[in-house]
Amino acid sequence: MPSRHPVICGIGLSDYPVVPHLNSVQHHALAARRAIADCGIAKSAIDGYVSTSGGGPAEGDDAVSMAEYLGVNHRYINGTMVGGSSFEFHVQHAAAAIREGLCDTVLITYGSDQLTRMGRVLGTGGFQRDAQPVTGAMQMATPYGLPLVGAYALAARRHMHEFGTTSEQLAEIAVGVREFAGLNPDARYRDPITVDDVLSSRMIADPLHKLDCCVITDGGGALVMTTEEIARDLRQPPIYVLGAAGTQTHWNIHQMPDFTEMGAAVCGPEAFAQAGVTPADIDTAQLYDSFTITVMLMLEGLGFCGRGEGGAYVEEGHLRRGGSMPTNTDGGGLSSNHPGMRGIFLLIEAVRQLRGDAGEAQVPDAELALACGSGGWLSAIATVILGKDRPS
Amino acid sequence: MRVVSDLEWQGPVPAGEGEYGEFFAAAAKGRLLIQQCPECGHRQHYPRAICTACGAEPEWMEAAGTGTVYTYTVVRQYGVPAFAELPYVLAMIDLPEGVRMFGGLTGIDPEAVEIGMPVTAYARTYDETHAMIFWEPA
Repeated sequence: MPSRHPVICGIGLSDYPVVPHLNSVQHHALAARRAIADCGIAKSAIDGYVSTSGGGPAEGDDAVSMAEYLGVNHRYINGTMVGGSSFEFHVQHAAAAIREGLCDTVLITYGSDQLTRMGRVLGTGGFQRDAQPVTGAMQMATPYGLPLVGAYALAARRHMHEFGTTSEQLAEIAVGVREFAGLNPDARYRDPITVDDVLSSRMIADPLHKLDCCVITDGGGALVMTTEEIARDLRQPPIYVLGAAGTQTHWNIHQMPDFTEMGAAVCGPEAFAQAGVTPADIDTAQLYDSFTITVMLMLEGLGFCGRGEGGAYVEEGHLRRGGSMPTNTDGGGLSSNHPGMRGIFLLIEAVRQLRGDAGEAQVPDAELALACGSGGWLSAIATVILGKDRPS
Repeated sequence: MRVVSDLEWQGPVPAGEGEYGEFFAAAAKGRLLIQQCPECGHRQHYPRAICTACGAEPEWMEAAGTGTVYTYTVVRQYGVPAFAELPYVLAMIDLPEGVRMFGGLTGIDPEAVEIGMPVTAYARTYDETHAMIFWEPA
């Protein structure tokens, strides 16, 4: 029987980081064109479509509008929207749909003109920009003036209190990611930075400085997933989905059960169990770096280090180029690109690494890569483990 | 609970739909409400129409209005005009009743805030009949 094992066969990036001439829908389309060309599949073979709800029907980039725009007459559609980690959830869902035979080939797309649309608002604006009444559970926080950065700062402060984590340790994450950004000609910021640079950058919301925060860019990405069988005839070597698991511990930050433990502690072990590997087996990690604290909580949750040991772990240089767990090798959200939801870029970079196509940032002999996305406010977390080789 | 009248408030306000409205209306009368489940005893905040533990219908209970700081941040930059007066402190407060509540922490030098410090709730009205909960050092 032909293998229906799900694989990623095509990847595509739209242009980034500053692209004034493209709107969100066009970012979706450009990334999709490049992903289709990358694998060489006939567009007509795509019978599944997955995307977030994006800006919604008003902007025309919700999943059904995008399926029409892209011309995908799907047998399987999924519009899961859980924030930046949506695409790790999408891979989980698409893999299941492909295995089950709901469809054969799935196109996943993302596009955002966030930087061009919003201008440079310093990255500290909230979701609610005017004095309109705030509905739902956000009315327990937004009226007090809680910026996105402030929500993550609450977690960082608690981590410092419980474990003695320092601003220097958090800064080390930003410094390592910037080093990789220097190898990516398209990255938003490429000049090397030091721990002192991070600490002397403006304090936005204690204890997070400007350089603890991700950049704001335009951009888009696309993935094509199919069966191992179909991928045999395509241009690129298949990258196998070995594990994919997600969880949600809360949505609003004020409902986070424990501010020093994120859902990675749940979905990480589940994904590792599916793949039959351990954290020590992973060659490169792509971890959602919305803020430095996000990465630290993820490292602990996934088991790359023990709980509360994230500070010491990053200080040892594991995340750096040449370290034991090179992380965010494209320059991450902290330095390269973050158009609002970054999850798809984690997967694209993981695939590039496993194909051996990561250029100067290539991790030698990378065979296993992990992508972990965080959506909302450390809320909806999903882990995907990808492999170069056929699972045994 | 002390109630401060602040009808000049220009920032975003809670919409107060459903259970939220009862919470903010009680605050304006000096009562800090949380919810308790009559079936399983679970306590929760924010208010909603279901017990998150067992699925039954929760009931209101009044909290003492005391707590300790679980974590906090000092907001020093925020590109929203209503919050131009910087810096200010936002905190998660552990209540002795067993729930955690988010709010503004006032009446203290931001540099002096510490995790674990005891705080007291007060209410600040944003219209004639509704108030938001704030905290100050006990």
